[in-house]
Amino acid sequence: MSRPLLTAGFLPLLDSVLLVLAHEMGFADQEGFDLALTRETSWANIRDRSALGHFDIALMLAPMPIAASLGLTPLATPMVAPVMTGLGNNAITVSADLWRAMADAGAPGDLEAGPAGLALARVVRTTPRKLRFGVVHQTSSHNYELRYWLAASGIRPDRDLEIVVLPPPLLPEALGSGGLDGYCVGEPWNSVGVDRHGARIATTKSSIWQWSPDKLIGMRADWAERHPDTVAAVVRAIYRAGRWAHEPQNRLPAAEIMARPPYLNLPVGIVARALTGEIDSGVRQLAIPDYFIPHAGAANFPWKSHALWYYSQMVRWGEVAASPDRAALAAATFRPDLYRAALAPLGVPVPAEDYRKDGDRSEPHPTPALGGDLLLGPNRFFDGAVFDPAALESYVAAQRAE
Amino acid sequence: MPSPDLSILIIDENRIRASIIEEGLREAGHGRVAVIHDVNEVGRSLQQTMPDVVVIDLENPKRDTLEHFFSLSRAIRRPIAMFVDRSDGAMIEKAVEAGVSAYVVDGLKKERVKPILDMAISRFNAFSRLTRELEEARGALEERKIIDQAKGILMKTRGLSEPDAYALLRSTAMNQNRRIVEIAQSLITAASLLGP
Repeated sequence: MSRPLLTAGFLPLLDSVLLVLAHEMGFADQEGFDLALTRETSWANIRDRSALGHFDIALMLAPMPIAASLGLTPLATPMVAPVMTGLGNNAITVSADLWRAMADAGAPGDLEAGPAGLALARVVRTTPRKLRFGVVHQTSSHNYELRYWLAASGIRPDRDLEIVVLPPPLLPEALGSGGLDGYCVGEPWNSVGVDRHGARIATTKSSIWQWSPDKLIGMRADWAERHPDTVAAVVRAIYRAGRWAHEPQNRLPAAEIMARPPYLNLPVGIVARALTGEIDSGVRQLAIPDYFIPHAGAANFPWKSHALWYYSQMVRWGEVAASPDRAALAAATFRPDLYRAALAPLGVPVPAEDYRKDGDRSEPHPTPALGGDLLLGPNRFFDGAVFDPAALESYVAAQRAE
Repeated sequence: MPSPDLSILIIDENRIRASIIEEGLREAGHGRVAVIHDVNEVGRSLQQTMPDVVVIDLENPKRDTLEHFFSLSRAIRRPIAMFVDRSDGAMIEKAVEAGVSAYVVDGLKKERVKPILDMAISRFNAFSRLTRELEEARGALEERKIIDQAKGILMKTRGLSEPDAYALLRSTAMNQNRRIVEIAQSLITAASLLGP
């Protein structure tokens, strides 16, 4: 059999690190395939070129394959996600002016979502014009976590302020030129805003929802069906890349690789921040060890309950009407079965369940696992809410009622 | 027959390409063609032109921004779907290869939109061809300069006539199975190292 060459799309984001490491560190090679990495300019292109088959696999926003499977995207090609590329890695960054107002309104500058959100709510109430925040794509984790943070802080996202869409690399400059008051984006584009445009990081994804999913490797469902061995090899290569990136001594080398021109083309010092958890918020230096989790706590496992959480947010913000069929389609997009089958030859522990609760644990805790013991990380939402996938309907109903 | 009553919006940061497409559409009888160069202006443009068809280059990083504007404009009952027809795979393929993406108001008949997209695709391709030819011409000019310079060195140091200097470069290239410009470049580099 010939050796597969997979065309893989990605955006210049630190979240692509496991895909890049799979290529650069030989994990793909070890699994018997090659990667042709193609940097794209927009999430829309990633979505369309994946749907058209120009890309075999791509780094995708976690809600993106779900939206495709639900028929919300232009080409509506069903997609699957057999492996996640880590947890966390986003933040909400605001302009120097907005930060000053938030600090005056009581924001302590510790990156905690709760107090920062309350301060922003006070500023929103007293500012005559509507503040404008940027996100990277409509069906993105960023859009949903920004909205979650705003809503739980008493701000109505569609009425009290304006949310616009721009691709990640354009956000810092848009903020610097006064076109935006804030944005939610993956690294390194928060740190770039701090370094080059005087921005301040207001809070992080890891504070809004601890150890939460963000990006994944997505592919067309029919392609995955036709190439089961290749899909398994991809899962293993990403898993191995995650295990490598998990090691503290590999964090700086990973940053050095990502800083190179074909990937981020930025100084290593900026790229390294999220990988080492040494964050410069523009106000102070903070150690946030769980800022980005490439591997620990089953970070690469695609929980069906997480697909359902994204679906709940699509319903919440009016992108799709709730129905049991659509919930089932959303859950079917995430494929823990493919993950387990792919990792079986490695003899590593994998979660035994497909669904879990979120928001109910503030400490690391064991989860039922096959092939060994497995600890999950804390999973609190900053407002104390609990997401129980078994009670999806009441969760959705409660949020819609707000 | 073209459908002159359709409103078309072209979004392209490349002004030359935008005007080439605009011209093509006007020649085909479309009177309602608007062009903008920055997606940031699109909010206002959508209100003003109420486009039935939006054409944007695929490499434009602000396609996400544009799509978001469309979703907002659902409020004014202008649902817009991408491409003409989801089932028309060959058409989509051609468009993507040319670097065009298009958004079309839902419910518009395929036969009314297809000529517009065909036009956009062929003009995009023509523009790429032009750009490529221009680059090649520029490259050829550069090569010519390098060869002229190498000839000059040979004429000066070896006392050759211009045709003989060129013949020497050519025969050396043939013997070494390399391009004349490569030989010329090596000669220039060597001459600058050895210095006057």
